[in-house]
Amino acid sequence: MPGPGDRGGVKAKPKDAKGALRRVLVYLMRYRAAVLALLLCALLSNLGNLLGPRFAGKAIGEAEAGYLQGPGQVNMEAVLRYGLLMLLAYVGSNLLSFLVSIGMARVGKRVARNLRGDVFNKLMTLPVGYFDSHQAGDIISRVSYDIDVVSTSLSTDVIQILTSTITVAGSFAMMCVISPPLVLCMIFTIPVSILFTRHMGKKTRPRYARRSKAYGEMNGFAEEMFTGQKTILAYAQEEEMSRRFSAINRAAAEAYRDADSMGMTMGPTIGMISNFGLAAIGLGGAVLYLYRLVGLAQISSFVLYSRKFSGPINEISNIINEIFSALAAAERVFQLLDQPQEAKDLYGAQTLTDCRGHVEAEHVSFGYTPDKTVLHDLNLEARPGQTVAIVGPTGAGKTTIINLLMRFYDPGDGIIRVEERDHRLYTRQSLRRSYAMVLQDTWVFRGTIFDNIAYGKENAGMEEVVAAAKAARIHNYIMRLPQGYNTVISEDGGNISKGQKQLLTIARAMLYETNMLILDEATSNVDTNTERQVQKAIRSLMKGKTCFVIAHRLSTIRNADQILVVDGGDVVEQGTHESLMLQKGFYYRLYASQFQ
Amino acid sequence: MKLIFRRLGQYRGAVVLAVGLKLLGSLFELLLPYIFEYIIDEVVPARQLPRVVLWGLTMFAAAILCRSFNVMANRRAVDNAHKISFGLRQELFEKTVNLTGAQFDAVGLPSLISRMTSDSYNVQTAVQQLQSLCIRAPIMLLGGILMAMLMDLRLALVLLALLPFLVAVILVISSRGIPLYTRVQQRLDDVVRIMRESITGIRVVKALSKEDYEKRRFSRANDDMTETDIRAATVMAMPGPFLQMILNLGLTFVVYLGAGRVNRGLMKPGVILAFLTYFNMITMGVMGLNRIFVSLSKASASADRIGSVLELETAAPLSPEQAPAGESAGSGEDFISFRHVNFSYGADSTEQAGFAGAQREKALEDLSFSLARGESLGIIGPTGCGKTTVIHLLMGFYEPTGGSIRLEGRPLGSYEKDALRRRFGTAFQNDMIFQDSLRGNIDFGRGLEDAALRAAAEDAMAADFIDALPEGLEHRAAIKGANLSGGQKQRIMVARALAADPEILVLDDSSSALDYRTDAAMRRAIREHHPDATLILIAQRVSSVMQMDKILVLDNGRCIGLGSHEELMERCPAYREICEIQMGDM
Repeated sequence: MPGPGDRGGVKAKPKDAKGALRRVLVYLMRYRAAVLALLLCALLSNLGNLLGPRFAGKAIGEAEAGYLQGPGQVNMEAVLRYGLLMLLAYVGSNLLSFLVSIGMARVGKRVARNLRGDVFNKLMTLPVGYFDSHQAGDIISRVSYDIDVVSTSLSTDVIQILTSTITVAGSFAMMCVISPPLVLCMIFTIPVSILFTRHMGKKTRPRYARRSKAYGEMNGFAEEMFTGQKTILAYAQEEEMSRRFSAINRAAAEAYRDADSMGMTMGPTIGMISNFGLAAIGLGGAVLYLYRLVGLAQISSFVLYSRKFSGPINEISNIINEIFSALAAAERVFQLLDQPQEAKDLYGAQTLTDCRGHVEAEHVSFGYTPDKTVLHDLNLEARPGQTVAIVGPTGAGKTTIINLLMRFYDPGDGIIRVEERDHRLYTRQSLRRSYAMVLQDTWVFRGTIFDNIAYGKENAGMEEVVAAAKAARIHNYIMRLPQGYNTVISEDGGNISKGQKQLLTIARAMLYETNMLILDEATSNVDTNTERQVQKAIRSLMKGKTCFVIAHRLSTIRNADQILVVDGGDVVEQGTHESLMLQKGFYYRLYASQFQ
Repeated sequence: MKLIFRRLGQYRGAVVLAVGLKLLGSLFELLLPYIFEYIIDEVVPARQLPRVVLWGLTMFAAAILCRSFNVMANRRAVDNAHKISFGLRQELFEKTVNLTGAQFDAVGLPSLISRMTSDSYNVQTAVQQLQSLCIRAPIMLLGGILMAMLMDLRLALVLLALLPFLVAVILVISSRGIPLYTRVQQRLDDVVRIMRESITGIRVVKALSKEDYEKRRFSRANDDMTETDIRAATVMAMPGPFLQMILNLGLTFVVYLGAGRVNRGLMKPGVILAFLTYFNMITMGVMGLNRIFVSLSKASASADRIGSVLELETAAPLSPEQAPAGESAGSGEDFISFRHVNFSYGADSTEQAGFAGAQREKALEDLSFSLARGESLGIIGPTGCGKTTVIHLLMGFYEPTGGSIRLEGRPLGSYEKDALRRRFGTAFQNDMIFQDSLRGNIDFGRGLEDAALRAAAEDAMAADFIDALPEGLEHRAAIKGANLSGGQKQRIMVARALAADPEILVLDDSSSALDYRTDAAMRRAIREHHPDATLILIAQRVSSVMQMDKILVLDNGRCIGLGSHEELMERCPAYREICEIQMGDM
């Protein structure tokens, strides 16, 4: 687990903008055919935009020719013909640019979708510990804000950069043809612009990275506080928490201001450089004219092209800014995608099938951090159908045992065997699937009650679900709801109590056909009446299964075949209820304390 | 949209400054080509080198001024946007943490989160853009129209005839834009929700090997959002080309009509040429306006979502006179009293009709009880019977739908909410452990004395495990307390509740993960060290509540027994049954 103060996530890696760019391009290249087609459309559209004025010019030319010959001499047919051609060119160009903008929006948003999908898929492969050290809000910030920035940039910038580059190259060629000496006058703007852009890039990129990170931290904090809103209200700490938020909010706002004020100098500065170019052409042109090296007409048409040349350069400089901010955002996304995932299954790991439920632990020790073991030298053997109860004071390491059995973590030392084989030799999926599990933290998602119960079993039918709900004694409650099993519940919105959630998760586990069962304090939130019924149901569910039960109600574990008494990470006593009572040791005291 | 302009209005001076600077910058930008043309047309043919140099230097100066003004304008604009978005987020945060339970449920946590993260960002972007866009576009548009009208009024009429169409297109599309973008943000809520669900439930997801199922679930929401987003982008991409087409159609008319007028000798062909230039300006102006509207409609959708939260009334306390006086306080002994209280969840939420909470029958029905100061109340009853609801009402998270709740004889509604809640120390059933030190979690922003924190930790039976940690109270809890066990979390929460030595102590199922011994020791410590506190304790175990002065037995929202343990054993069969099960089982 990462150290304290690690709110935002991974320690800042060396920034790798080129890597981020390359990887964004890989995503883009999935749509290369579309991008190429759209690029073609964009070029055609630009062509139409160039042709329009030409036809307009020709139409005016006709008018002028007629005008010179006197009234009534204008060839109105020719005017009409050129007029229509001009309209055609313009309309065609407009339609094409429409195509380009919706096409690129589509590509940009699809890329965003793929990125979001990949992030989510990645999340599903990360070890559970990752989520203990990364705020959900920060992860959400990467998925909503950061990816949105990338997508917006892709939608608008890619085509523009490509078409601008072509325009710039074309105009530059034309300028060279018209007057190489004039080109020499303004050529300084090109290296200056490039150097300046690179210089600015170095200055702005880290700022954009800070901006993204600050947003992530702010969103992480907001998500945490909103989740704990009732607690804040209960302690009347709205103002204090708002004050704390204010500091984080200010940091985010200032990170934005610092990045964008810096970034926003780019456009005007590049504009100034190209205006210097224009002034240089004016000066140089005048001098050249005085020495009769160029004519006025040449200067005029050179200037026309130089505007076509500098226009897109200004655009590009603005775009580059957006690209820097998009790359900073993309880096945060890729950072998440590069998280080491849960260790792969061992080479040749087998699928665990027909598990009868034989589990052994041998000299197992474990610590969440290397320097602190929380479980020392655990030994146990559970034969098929046996019930192993794990008892002990809170924090003794009971949940850790479950984490190890489920392979949420792997032991530091020792070995856990399932069906007489090291359980690391099975695929994680098949191993986990062999356990049914009811966890301390009940979890439901927004969906119908049916979906929530059927969660553990693909294609479960209504009868099965109803049977499971009946067995978990929540059927009657469900039937009292207006839409019965189709009632939508939600962890956040609906008012479903923790006890009801608990029953739902029990029903969920009922559906699971396995030979091993883990109950982690599963019944502690259910009231006594229900619990007695649930106990019956669970007892029938437990029949023939190997069970690991963590519960504080000693009555529920009295019938266990084996009781593991854990204290401070050590198994201090082990045996049946009767034998442990006879020992008059730790277990005996624990038991007796019930009536204190 | 109102919200955006109101916010801009707050920084009127600074916004005007930004726009004014942008105006200066734009003027210099327009000036440069004129100087250049002047050089080429007038100065160069005169062959006067010093004047050439002079004007050339003027151009350099203008270029520098142009940059300075634009940079300053951009900085101002960013600065304003940063202030506005800071203020907006701050208000949104403060409002959100102050929402009543019913209001919070009605909007939903995922949506509140995405309003905070994504919507506020959309508004910020628009605010920044608006300040630079809103100057050039109108200049171009008005300047172009004016010049055209000066040139030839008749031809300019063609232009004016177009204007209603242009305006119509912009208005129609941008009015479509707001609902479209609203839908995009709603789909984003779904994406955020599923993401949160999968993250909070990651252990279950992994335990059941449902990763693929979750991926599919996410992928559906993701696809939905993408398609909605693409639809919005497609619609919003329409006005641009459409406007250009209208303008180009107009331009063609101008050329043709102009040629006709030239033919009739009414004007020179040069006028048509000039019109081309002005048309260009007008097109740029119109396109600029269009961009403003597109960006505004996206931001408006977001601003409306933020606005709808900000507009929620977080009820001000009723003055004691306003509050229904009714039958006066009853006997002076009553510290807390519930009289014929009815309540159902979701009474004022219309959005979530399908939810379990929304249409459920009454969560509490005709509940009456009273407590004297310093008394203790145990609440027991089956899952979902309304135990926690009693607390929610008592702390003013929700308003009862009927009946009255009084504290010290005064209606609860007449208390200022924060002042009311400061008298409580509460540990909820699903309470939060924050990513903070244990000290921070217990103190929770109240700035309590170290001794108080220690005493609370000891009474909550948390001192032992805290002392065993190398950093002690400075030990940092992971997100949602993931590095603590269930029992450790509960003890921290109880310590939090005890730390300020509250008048009313509420423990809602806060010892379910504790073993009996710790549970009993904790209760004993609380009784010993907080003898004056009025204690309300919700539990599943009879052993936890049997020593309370009064025990309230709830079933399905109704009181089916109220009295001491002994009384209930005699009178309340349900209570007796629970007892027998729990005790007999031992």
